[in-house]
Amino acid sequence: MAKVTELLKNRFFSGKKVNRTVSYLLVIFGYVLMIILMKAGMLTSHFTSLLVPLTSYIVIAIALNLTVGFSGELSLGHAGFMGVGAFSAVIISGLLLPYVPNTTLRLIIAMLGAALVSSLFGAIIGIPVLKLEGDYLAIVTLAFNQIIKTIINSIYLGYDNNGIQISFVKNKLNLGEGAVTILKGPIGANGIKRISTFTAGFILILITLLVVYNLIYSRKGRDIMACRDNRIAAESVGINVTNIKLEAFVISAALAGCAGALYGLNYSTLTPAKFDYNLSIMILVYVVLGGLGNIAGTIISTVILYILPEQLRFLQDYRMIIYAVVLIGIMLLTNNSWFKVQYYKISKRIRKKMREKKGAAA
Amino acid sequence: MTKMVTYPSGAIVPERDLGYTPVLEALHLGIDFGGLTAVDDFNLIVGKTEIAGLIGPNGAGKTTVFNLLTKVYQPTRGTILLDGQDTSKMTTVDANRAGIARTFQNIRLFNNLSVEDNVKVAMGKSYSYSTLGGIIRSPRYYRQEEEAHERALELLRIFDMQNLAETAAGNLPYGAQRRLEIIRALASRPKLLLLDEPAAGMNPVETQELMDNIIKIRDEFKIAVMLIEHDMKLVMGICEGIAVLNYGRIIAKGTPEQIKSNPEVIEAYLGKNREG
Repeated sequence: MAKVTELLKNRFFSGKKVNRTVSYLLVIFGYVLMIILMKAGMLTSHFTSLLVPLTSYIVIAIALNLTVGFSGELSLGHAGFMGVGAFSAVIISGLLLPYVPNTTLRLIIAMLGAALVSSLFGAIIGIPVLKLEGDYLAIVTLAFNQIIKTIINSIYLGYDNNGIQISFVKNKLNLGEGAVTILKGPIGANGIKRISTFTAGFILILITLLVVYNLIYSRKGRDIMACRDNRIAAESVGINVTNIKLEAFVISAALAGCAGALYGLNYSTLTPAKFDYNLSIMILVYVVLGGLGNIAGTIISTVILYILPEQLRFLQDYRMIIYAVVLIGIMLLTNNSWFKVQYYKISKRIRKKMREKKGAAA
Repeated sequence: MTKMVTYPSGAIVPERDLGYTPVLEALHLGIDFGGLTAVDDFNLIVGKTEIAGLIGPNGAGKTTVFNLLTKVYQPTRGTILLDGQDTSKMTTVDANRAGIARTFQNIRLFNNLSVEDNVKVAMGKSYSYSTLGGIIRSPRYYRQEEEAHERALELLRIFDMQNLAETAAGNLPYGAQRRLEIIRALASRPKLLLLDEPAAGMNPVETQELMDNIIKIRDEFKIAVMLIEHDMKLVMGICEGIAVLNYGRIIAKGTPEQIKSNPEVIEAYLGKNREG
């Protein structure tokens, strides 16, 4: 028995692995709690409708933390990848509608497709930019975000019995019999079949956690963090910095695409304007407040900062002011030296107690 | 003291390295920064298991030579042969894979990574599992991570640092950071190890330990070591061949005894005797 507890402790509660265990427990606990409350009928329909977007934001915040926190590259355009993922998924799901009636299967295919397309965009941006040292990625991703929004704004896409038609800028689609229009330029997509579910979001978060944690605790994860800490030293021990940063960026973009797919297939209408830089900055705020390189923190801050403004709606016009004040308050509190000292003292006392227990056992 | 012998090419290497390809041959190496010639006509041959010293006054271009050899800078002129392989057109990454590793004058560790992870990062050559293999945790992942862990601890034992394996590298004391840099460089399995002022900031006891350890590393790994150092006790104590650099040019080469009595070297360090 003692051996089992020892094994469990080493595997789940030693050193840096604590963060991983906390993340998984948080997500599983949150999911079970929500399901119970939903079954008990204690959630308003408004709150229930927030759950899928919340899971999607958690996924993209973790993905962004991989770029900003672990890889040390500032990206201001992750909403762009989310948009690419969302609209790819909408198109794929729309085209597959007659062929794949099973919604779960269609959602999985749409997500994989979205991940593929956004990782492709990640590579296109990353290859030229990540060769450079400095904050160029921030500017380029910001521009990419705007470009993507504009491009999606001008795509018209539909199909009829003869096949798929696509046109840019102006609606020149000439659809015949059995016509279905999927994208309508600035109006975006409407009449989307809503196939995202809270459970799907929950599973996607688990997959994201698995991918990111397993990545950072493998050789590539160490390489990613080494390139962040010291580029020159990393090169001197044979790490190809550009390739490593690119890998992290592409994986992050793919996860952002999945988050977008989940988000896009949760609404019956979706406009490209949703995925502008405001969304990118909002996700960056989640990441920074949760802590760079701290995934459990990212999850907590996303939940609080997403739910809070929604619950403040009764304040009407004052809502965003209160939100901003709360944000500043949290920043000040978490950086308060008095709190840090208290936290340090408490954690020291706990550690001391644990050591004493260990000593008594031995 | 080791007997130094002359190669047919004119290079002087320790007797035990005869019959081997020299690990490093720098031929007419030079670099210009704009109009300034930082290093010019740098010729040096280092034997397979030689401990070589590169000394010279401040600003002589010693670190620039290291940056040229590790390809941080691209040489304007000349050739570098590393164990017979031309590395003069390679990138830093490829030069490391070809067998050259270094430490830095101003310490460059991965501060947020643990000591053990710092060493593991440098073992790139010993892993073969892919990114996907790491994510899905293939059997190869478990096997190679276990091997890497064992080897990292083994390397840390050289400097008696195995108990610090979990500490963040940035929290180590200064001397330990210097030692960790040497271990990290060794982890990439180099044929030639470049040490840039390894004893800087160390007290005499630590310096003595470092000297013993450099010889131990050479004997155990059968590699060549080239070091820049201002501590003459260390340089004269362990280096078999020494090159003196001044204003980007080699002004003298030879054994410690020859260097000590070389009038040009004395002049470079102390200046000209006005009456002489």
